[in-house]
Amino acid sequence: MIEVKNLSKKYGDKQAVKNINFKVEQGEILGFLGPNGAGKSTTMNMLTGYISSTSGQVLVNGVDIFEDPKKAKSSIGYLPEIPPLYIDMTIEGYLNFVYDLKKCKLPRKAHLKDVCDLCKITHVKDRIIKNLSKGYRQRVGLAQALINNPPVLILDEPTVGLDPNQIIEIRTLIKKLGKKHTVILSSHILPEIQAVCDRIIIINKGEVAADGTADEIARQLTNEHKMTLRIEGTTKTSADKDEIVKAIKSLKGIKYVRADMEREKGIYDYDVEADESIDIRRSLNALCREKGWNILMLQLSDLTLEDIFLKITMGENDIKIEPERPRINIKFEDSSDSDTDDQQENGGNE
Amino acid sequence: MGAIYRREVGAFFTSGVAYVFLSVFYLLSGYFFYAGVIGSGRTDTSPMFSSMFLIILFLIPILTMRLLSEEKKNKTDQGLLTAPVGLWDIVLGKYFAALTLFIIAESVVFIYSIFLAVLGDVVWTTLLGNYFAMLFLGSAFIAVGLFISSLTENQMASAVASMLALFVLYLFDSFAANISNEHISKAITSLSFYSRYIEFTQGIFSLPSVVFFLSVAFLFNFFTVRVLDKRRWG
Repeated sequence: MIEVKNLSKKYGDKQAVKNINFKVEQGEILGFLGPNGAGKSTTMNMLTGYISSTSGQVLVNGVDIFEDPKKAKSSIGYLPEIPPLYIDMTIEGYLNFVYDLKKCKLPRKAHLKDVCDLCKITHVKDRIIKNLSKGYRQRVGLAQALINNPPVLILDEPTVGLDPNQIIEIRTLIKKLGKKHTVILSSHILPEIQAVCDRIIIINKGEVAADGTADEIARQLTNEHKMTLRIEGTTKTSADKDEIVKAIKSLKGIKYVRADMEREKGIYDYDVEADESIDIRRSLNALCREKGWNILMLQLSDLTLEDIFLKITMGENDIKIEPERPRINIKFEDSSDSDTDDQQENGGNE
Repeated sequence: MGAIYRREVGAFFTSGVAYVFLSVFYLLSGYFFYAGVIGSGRTDTSPMFSSMFLIILFLIPILTMRLLSEEKKNKTDQGLLTAPVGLWDIVLGKYFAALTLFIIAESVVFIYSIFLAVLGDVVWTTLLGNYFAMLFLGSAFIAVGLFISSLTENQMASAVASMLALFVLYLFDSFAANISNEHISKAITSLSFYSRYIEFTQGIFSLPSVVFFLSVAFLFNFFTVRVLDKRRWG
C-alpha cells in the first residue's frame, strides 16, 4: 500500500530525515515511535505530500506522490499534528467542506453520518469548532481524515489532548479501522504503540533505528538472554550459593552468573546471562536434576519495548533491567477536556 | 476549486470582513454618487468611478489580507495541500471568492442607475464601460493582494503591505513625470494602473488595457501558486 524508498529531507544544513525505507501492507497498523523532534511529523508530511522530500520516493498504492499527487492524495486520509480545522465553522459545515474538497462520491448524508457516529461527534455537529474542547477538535480532525473512506490513514499523534476514556475509545477505533485500512500512526507514548500497532518503526534523529514487531525489535537489539532463577540447594544454607554459581558457570554459553539476594529462607536468586544462540534453560534444568536442586522460579528478563526505546533514543548501551516492574498502561499525556486550556501544545513542529 | 470557493465566500461573511468591506464601499460610492453625479446635475457616472480608484486601492487589501496568511498561521493549509486538489484550485478558489465579493460591491451602481433613470436618461454604454473597467481593475488588485497574503502569516502585515504595493502602483504616473528620458517615462506610464483606469472613465474602452489588467491578474495568481509550491520545497 505504501512504499517508502530512501526518503530524506534537509532543512538547510539540518538533516531532518535520513534515508528512510519501509513498506506497509494493507490491513497493517504501523506505529512510528520516536522522541519529540525525531522526524516523525516530517516523515508523515512527506508521505502525505504536504512537503517535498529532498530525495527518495513515496509510493501510495503504486502511485508516486510527487508525480501524480492528486491521485495519490485521494487515497490518503491525514490527521496532522494540529488538526486543520476552520474554527469559525460548525462541525457539520466543516465536514461538508471536506467532503466537497475531497470530491467524495459516497452518498453525502449517510457517509457524513457514519463518520460522525464513528468519531462520536454526532451530538455536537451543530456547534462552532471554536467553542469545542481539544478532545472534540481532535475527533473532528479524525473525522475529516475518514471522509471519502481512504484506504490509507496517516495519523500524527491521534490521542494527544484526550482523556483516558477517549484514548481507549480512539485506540479501539484505530484497531477497528486497521482491519480495512492501512494505518500509520505516530506517537511518543509507548503503551499506545504497543496496544495498537502490529508493527513498529522507531525513529531517532531522522533515521530508522529499529523496524519490526515489538518482539522482533527486542530480539534485534539484544544479543544475549538474561534471566533470573530461584534455585533451592540441597543444604538450604548460604553454602549452596557458591556451589550453584560455580556449577552454572560451567555450562556452555553462560556469560555471567551472580548470586542475588536471599528471597526465601536459605534460597537465593541468581542472575544469569547467556549467548542468544544457546537456549540454556534445558541444560540448567538437567543440571539441577542431576544435583538434586529445585528450580523454584525462572524469569526471562529480555528487553521490553520501553527499555529498547530508551536504549535507542538515549544512546545508552547498558540499561538496567528490572524484572517484574509493574507497568501502567495509560499515560496521562494531556487530559484536558475542558473548554479552557486547549492551547497547551506539546513541543511544536518536528 | 468549488469547495474552496464556497467556503471562502462563507468565511467572508462569518468573519465579518464582508460586512466591513461592503458597508465602506457602499457608503463611499454612495457619497461620490451623490456629490459627483446627482449633486452636479448630470447623469454621467464617470466622476464616481474615477473617485473610487483610491477607495478600492485601500479596500481590496482588507478583502485579501487573510486569504492565505490565515491558512498558514492556523495550519489549515495542511488540510488543503494534502487533499486531492491542485495548487491552482486553491489559489483560484480564493481568488474568485474575493472577486465575487468585489462584484457584489460594485454592482451597487445598478441600483444607483435606477435613481438616474428616474431623474433623466442613463448613458448605459458609459455606465457599463466604467463598470467593467472597475471589474478589471479589481481583478488585478485582488491578485496582487492574494499574492502578498501568501507571503506572510500575519494578516495585518499582509494588509499593510498590499496597500503599500497598490499605492506604489498608483504612484507610477508621478514617477514617470519626474523622469526625463522619454522612453523610460513612457514604459512606466504604460504600467500605470491609474492612467489606464482613468482612460475608461473618460469614455475610452481600450482593449490593450483590458489585456493589461487581466495579464496582471493571471501573473500574480501564477506567482501565488509558485509561492505555495516553493514552500513545500523549503
